[in-house]
Amino acid sequence: MNIIVSFKQFFNDLRRQKLRSLMTMFGVFWGTCSIVLLFAFGKGIMEQQLISQKGIGDNIAIFWPGITSKEFKGLPSGRRIRPTEDDIRLVKSKAEMVMRISPEFSRSALLKVGKNSSSRRVHGVWPEFGAMRNVIPAPGSRFLNAADERERRRVIFIGNLLKEDLFGEDEAVGQTMLVNGMPFTVIGVMQEKNQDSSYNGRDSRKSYIPSSTFNAMFSRRYVGNFVAQCDPKVSMDMTRAEILEILSTKYKFDPTDREALSVWDTTEGFAFLKNFFMAFRIFLVGIGVATLITGGIGVSNIMNVVLEERTKEIGIKMALGARKSVILTQFIVETLLITGVGGLFGFVFAYAVVKAVPMMGLTEFIGVPEVDVTGGLIVVGLLAIVGLFAGIFPARRAANLQPVQALKLF
Amino acid sequence: MQEIIRLKQVKKAYQTGEMHFEALKGINLVVNKGDYLAVVGPSGSGKSTLMNILGCLDLATSGEYRLDGELVNTLSSNQLADIRNKRIGFVFQAFNLLPYATAAENVEVPLLFAHVNSKERRKRVTELLARVGLADKMNNKPTEMSGGEMQRVAIARSLANEPEIILADEPTGNLDSKSGAAIVSMFDELHKAGKTILIITHDMSIAEHTERLVTMKDGLIESNGDLSGRRVG
Ligand SMILES: Nc1ncnc2c1ncn2[C@@H]1O[C@H](COP(=O)(O)OP(=O)(O)O)[C@@H](O)[C@H]1O
Ligand SMILES: [Mg+2]
Repeated sequence: MNIIVSFKQFFNDLRRQKLRSLMTMFGVFWGTCSIVLLFAFGKGIMEQQLISQKGIGDNIAIFWPGITSKEFKGLPSGRRIRPTEDDIRLVKSKAEMVMRISPEFSRSALLKVGKNSSSRRVHGVWPEFGAMRNVIPAPGSRFLNAADERERRRVIFIGNLLKEDLFGEDEAVGQTMLVNGMPFTVIGVMQEKNQDSSYNGRDSRKSYIPSSTFNAMFSRRYVGNFVAQCDPKVSMDMTRAEILEILSTKYKFDPTDREALSVWDTTEGFAFLKNFFMAFRIFLVGIGVATLITGGIGVSNIMNVVLEERTKEIGIKMALGARKSVILTQFIVETLLITGVGGLFGFVFAYAVVKAVPMMGLTEFIGVPEVDVTGGLIVVGLLAIVGLFAGIFPARRAANLQPVQALKLF
Repeated sequence: MQEIIRLKQVKKAYQTGEMHFEALKGINLVVNKGDYLAVVGPSGSGKSTLMNILGCLDLATSGEYRLDGELVNTLSSNQLADIRNKRIGFVFQAFNLLPYATAAENVEVPLLFAHVNSKERRKRVTELLARVGLADKMNNKPTEMSGGEMQRVAIARSLANEPEIILADEPTGNLDSKSGAAIVSMFDELHKAGKTILIITHDMSIAEHTERLVTMKDGLIESNGDLSGRRVG
């Protein structure tokens, strides 16, 4: 019953307070919209960066042969340190913190499919390489496996752009292609990925064959480089130290010699990025809080501006027999409706913007923004609470007065 | 005669900062059903204070207020709201209409609080406004009406739930004499219809219409006379 009274009152009141209601709604609209957009884009951008960064692989370090820069146990500096595939096997068997490891041999080769040909790098790697370096097979295909390696199969896994260069739109898996004139069966095509860092070019135009096959064809004594992935529970620093310890014992160099093997630890960049995004997130939350405070002040200001006339109105209604609960219900319904409508519009508007942006083709830089429904609801909820506090406390104060006091207050 | 209002040693004190002020110093008053009573007295003598207490718009500091035998002092705020809604109609000097609502909507307000259904509400509002001669101003807002018309809307509103008692605090105070006279004749009619009416006024010509005259001074009732004899004579 009270609710019905309240609705009738509410619509009467809304009409009078057109401007106030609109302003309040706009405040809530604006707050909701800007925060939803802020978070949607912030999250999109962050995730895009993380995806790109992860394109090269998670928790990995890449090691290249180097030249010692320090004397060690009577041995001069300037010696070349070049690990072999056996050394990588040694590290694999001894290092406890290494989760995956693979040598990587590579050379340029002429790749041919029918009339199409391309001169690209071919890499000889172990099966672990794929998972470690985030070289993921597209559906319906696979990466190199242990049997390929063991039996020196002439199988090849190709990057998605290389596949397009050679096969166009045609199916590649199961087809034969020539590598320097030798026939290879395509077993897999890489799933498209974002990659913002690389060595020897992006993975999308590389091809991979078993390292055993590679050495049967090109017989290399030393690995071109090797890639190690550490257990996520330990740090890459410790893992690197462990690897260097094993290799320095074998090749007799100072394990602290940074040039004996050159290392690219991708987790360093990642750590930077993580810190950067932490700061970015704090910044976003800061702006969000500031927006909310501003919006809240706006909402409560508008609510308070009319306290004078509202108190008189409350006095009149009480004089005519309104119970306290009727008056409070009216204020609650009013505030919730105003914030609800404003919030809904803000949300819908932000949603539309978020949906429209990917159509403008900026995905590579800002990612695909995504509306955080929970976040949006929290914002609307907070503004509603601010509105309730701003609107209901004065209303409650007024409703607790004797009618004559409310009538005379101003 | 049936008694409807009884005040016993009613006092009202105001505390403003350090200042303690006794606006009513012990009022004793009995009003019977159907009484037509004028309250007169100098400004600041406590007339409005008394009327507000009678209308349950304010509470006495001490003393007893019985309405139909029921002790008002001890009622809950909801019970007081219901009394204001159904048993007492209040007419203010300043009209106190809701400025954004039409005449009809203003009259409707007490009916809303009484949970009267919308069909009945529409019927009653139309009747009430016709009764005060404003059938053609139903949809006018207060800003589109004269003072006399606004006060007639206020009277219609005070009658919405058919209260037994009408309290009016200087109802003609903001009106020219012609509009004021129209309002007074409206009270005369309500009196004939059996309502109990109390009017505060400065205007002795209004007091001449009533049957009882209460004179106040300094928070006390100075005289309490029956004029009906004079009127008959
Ligand atoms: N809310 C209040 N606070 C303090 N003093 C008040 C208040 N209301 C009325 N008074 C004082 O009480 C006295 C009686 O006022 P009131 O009943 O309005 O007189 P009247 O209606 O007879 O002119 C006046 O002196 C007035 O100043
Ligand atoms: Mg007065």
